[in-house]
Amino acid sequence: MSATPAIRLPPGRRVWRWFLDYGTGAAVILGLLLAWELAVRSGTVNPMFSSSPSRILVAGIDIARDGSLARHLLSSGYTFFVGFGLAIVAGVPIGVFIGWYGWANRAFSPLVSAFYTTPRIAMMPLFIIWFGLGLGSKVALVFLSAVFPLIVNMQVAMQNIDRDLKRVGDAYGASQWQLFRTIALPASVPFLLTGLRLAMGRGLLGVVAAEVFGGSEGIGYLIEYAGATFRIDVVFVGVFLIALFGIAMDRGLYALSRRLDSWKTAG
Amino acid sequence: MFRSLKARLDFAVPAAATAGASGLYRPPVAGTSHALPFQRQGGEPAPAGASRSNGALAATGVSIAYTNSSTGEVTPAVSQIDLTVAKGEFVSIVGLSGCGKSSFLNAVAGLTAISGGTLVAGGVPITRPGPDRAVVFQRPSLLPWRTVLGNVIYGLELQGIPKREAHRRAAAYIDLVQLGGVEHFYPAALSGGMQQRVNLARALVCDPDILLLDEPFGALDAITRETMQKELLGIWETTRKTVLMVTHQIDEAILLSDRILVFSDRPARILAEIVVELPRPRPANVKALPAFTRLETRIWELIQETARGRGRL
Repeated sequence: MSATPAIRLPPGRRVWRWFLDYGTGAAVILGLLLAWELAVRSGTVNPMFSSSPSRILVAGIDIARDGSLARHLLSSGYTFFVGFGLAIVAGVPIGVFIGWYGWANRAFSPLVSAFYTTPRIAMMPLFIIWFGLGLGSKVALVFLSAVFPLIVNMQVAMQNIDRDLKRVGDAYGASQWQLFRTIALPASVPFLLTGLRLAMGRGLLGVVAAEVFGGSEGIGYLIEYAGATFRIDVVFVGVFLIALFGIAMDRGLYALSRRLDSWKTAG
Repeated sequence: MFRSLKARLDFAVPAAATAGASGLYRPPVAGTSHALPFQRQGGEPAPAGASRSNGALAATGVSIAYTNSSTGEVTPAVSQIDLTVAKGEFVSIVGLSGCGKSSFLNAVAGLTAISGGTLVAGGVPITRPGPDRAVVFQRPSLLPWRTVLGNVIYGLELQGIPKREAHRRAAAYIDLVQLGGVEHFYPAALSGGMQQRVNLARALVCDPDILLLDEPFGALDAITRETMQKELLGIWETTRKTVLMVTHQIDEAILLSDRILVFSDRPARILAEIVVELPRPRPANVKALPAFTRLETRIWELIQETARGRGRL
């Protein structure tokens, strides 16, 4: 956010400003795509290995037309949102609990750290044995990928509550529950949003990893299968879709955090 | 947004200064003012009941000691304090910083446990914070995600008072501390002085029996501090709350108090008890009165003595 949010630029300058903010990044991406296309067309690069933007576009339209793209997207989306949703429902309260009570922190922190640093994909064979090759094992991987950033962030949020504010709560006779509701909870919102953004990235990684590992549908499977059959264009379709989804989610969460943190700058 | 706030600030400071210069707090214009439940006519003497026997606060042989949890070492902070504060009295504690005066105030607030003696407020021993006491800390410590109004009603909300009623009560105190017009601003948009006004209103609106001020203007610049002292004087003369204030500003203590206790260096004991016999309401030129200067010198000498004894100055 700029340092002077209150100043309104005149309309012409605002359009120019908007263009500068978004146009520059877009121009770089477009330039790269153009260079890629030209490199292939001029014969400098073999499309067998690199594909090209136009080929990727055609492949994307093809798999969208025959309905396979929708099936894969639906499958991945379902896996992601179930796993991510469960991670929020479980991770936030667990993190708050561990961060709020000193004894819980002592008891569970080492365990959380151990899980937080272990690559979750290492456990995929176990999940497949426990939950089967279908949705179960994939959701388990997404859940475990996304839940720890949430736990850790909420834990840190609880441990970073301003002591002065806590003292104010104490001085005004707040109960433990009131301290939690009026001070700890609002103070933890920025940490929650950071946790969500991290969890989103990890969860996305989990979806693709699980689908690459085993299974018969999903964007990860699409990429894996296309790679094995040398359909580089389809691989890129999958990669771009994941990137677009990640950017959209991240921008959405960022916008949400700007809204919720408006008190930091607003008058 | 910022421009309008600045305009308000420019307006607020001179207005406050004039109110202070006359020596009397001027309540807001009749049309816009809200009735204060406690308001008495300015200059009226304290009611007959306000004698020492009708104590709002009584400390007998109060000691406070801190135990280092890892070494088990015990450090005495306050020793053997005897003190009675009458209802409607303004009492200040002055002393070197770190002498234990804030510890004593925290004990009265119920935030620090005493290790000896008895400490009684309104006839009830103090064991924890209660709605009969409200603290204004040196730092504003406002909840940054709440507006001015949301911060002012914080104490009432914790007491379970319905929002509508809390807002109604808050309106009067927001006027009293001259925050009218910025109720819906967030603390980040306020100056230090304005934030401290919110802090003060947050305590006053709870209508406590005792108001505890812990170096309330210590973090402010000199000009704002001077203004706020005069405003507090005006507010006190309107509300006649029982006040216990800790400060290391000697002139601040004299200006506001009925009585001043000089604390020794740590562990704190009462070195001297000084009754401030300056007229009420305090005249505008009070700081220029010979009696004021004499008191200032005397207290300064007492503090210097204790400091010299410990090699602190």
